Amino acid sequence: MSKGSVLHAHQPKIARLYRLQWEEAQQAHVLLFPEGLVKLNASAGEILRRCDGVRTTAEIIAELEIAFAAKNLAPDVDAFLEQAVAKGWVES
Amino acid sequence: MITPPLWLVAELTYTCPLHCVFCSNPVDFAAQGPELSTADWIRVLREARALGAVQLGLTGGEPLSRKDLEELVSEAHGLGYYINLITSGAGLSEKRIKALKYAGLDHIQLSFQDSTRQMNDFLSSTRTFDLKRRAAALIKEHGFPMVMNCVVHRMNLDHVGLIIDLAADIGAEFLELANTQYYGWALLNRDQLMPDKEQLVRAEAIVAERRKSLGSRLRILFVVPDYFEGRPKRCMNGWGSTILCVNPAGTALPCQAAKMLPGMDFPSVRDASVREIWYDSAGFNRFRGEDWMPQPCRSCPERTIDLGGCRCQAYQLTGDVGATDPVCDKSPDHGIVLAAVAAAAQKPLLFRTPGNSRALIDAGPPATRGSAQ
Repeated sequence: MSKGSVLHAHQPKIARLYRLQWEEAQQAHVLLFPEGLVKLNASAGEILRRCDGVRTTAEIIAELEIAFAAKNLAPDVDAFLEQAVAKGWVES
Repeated sequence: MITPPLWLVAELTYTCPLHCVFCSNPVDFAAQGPELSTADWIRVLREARALGAVQLGLTGGEPLSRKDLEELVSEAHGLGYYINLITSGAGLSEKRIKALKYAGLDHIQLSFQDSTRQMNDFLSSTRTFDLKRRAAALIKEHGFPMVMNCVVHRMNLDHVGLIIDLAADIGAEFLELANTQYYGWALLNRDQLMPDKEQLVRAEAIVAERRKSLGSRLRILFVVPDYFEGRPKRCMNGWGSTILCVNPAGTALPCQAAKMLPGMDFPSVRDASVREIWYDSAGFNRFRGEDWMPQPCRSCPERTIDLGGCRCQAYQLTGDVGATDPVCDKSPDHGIVLAAVAAAAQKPLLFRTPGNSRALIDAGPPATRGSAQ
């Protein structure tokens, strides 16, 4: 995956083979797929749960900045999504 | 701190129409007690889910041998599990796959024993290659994500490119090339199954090349052959850390093979709740953490990576459940593994080919090569 593969106009969504789920017992989002699961840290969970194929990356960033009263989250979110696409978790 | 289980491996039955030479099922499976009932399994599913388990592997044996499979899937789906059926394909009819889809099954792992009908049918001692192809078509037709699994060893490692072709051809999204791990029947057949190092190197090169060309179309997992690695695997991601297995008779285990370990107390789900078993049983606590570790693990900087390796392998090879996994080259018992690899390095069958013929000519007169003439 080349750098800059995540465009802010894209509408990322969880890939077909994956399922994102909140797990009460783990107090974490987990990403489930054939052959395994990933327990996500809080920020990864917050990003991925917004990847619904409707919101654009720009909208996701804006929402997160409001929800967490933070500024300039774009570089972190872009970097994470780029990784998530490379791992096959997310289709952008 | 004891973390909750994430993954429930439900071995529903030891019944299986196939007779694979590398099966990891216990060699005394024919003497196991009666299988858990539907109601028992439903209780196990509920209790494990309440504890935190979210991945569910339905395996065996052949889980399709259980007539209540659809009922168990339906219950598990309602509880929020992500459900994987691990099957040989034997018994997967149109009717059953529709019922499984309706019940909420998430994906299917289908085994092949080889890319060729001859070797597949030989290794499983059944005529199953064609039915596996039909099962694969059904799985795709009904929209399930599919993992193809193939156990690899001396007799099929050289087919690895063709096995990858087969996986791509049937439309699998994942291919698991599982180098044989030597437990159960595979340990009995170790001398016949162990590849040689050159074979492994060739296979790994092919896998690396095909990973590049196939990209995300087919993801290939290559389960490493630990006898050749010099370091043990992080078995089950740590004893009692992630995975809870329940065998067909109801014994709860940290891994499917652990029943073989002597002097261990593994309760039955018939007698205790999953919570008591996971948190309080002596068996599940025996190898948690680092306190149990012997030298050289205890002072080894890599102890947090491999956690001392596999307890079953340590027991099988050294007789000591608490020993360092002897596949580690720091283990004082590593010689056992080297000897096993050396003992298995038989001469391959030599086919009558012009290439082999020329190699023999170059090697000199036949007088030194056995009894010919």
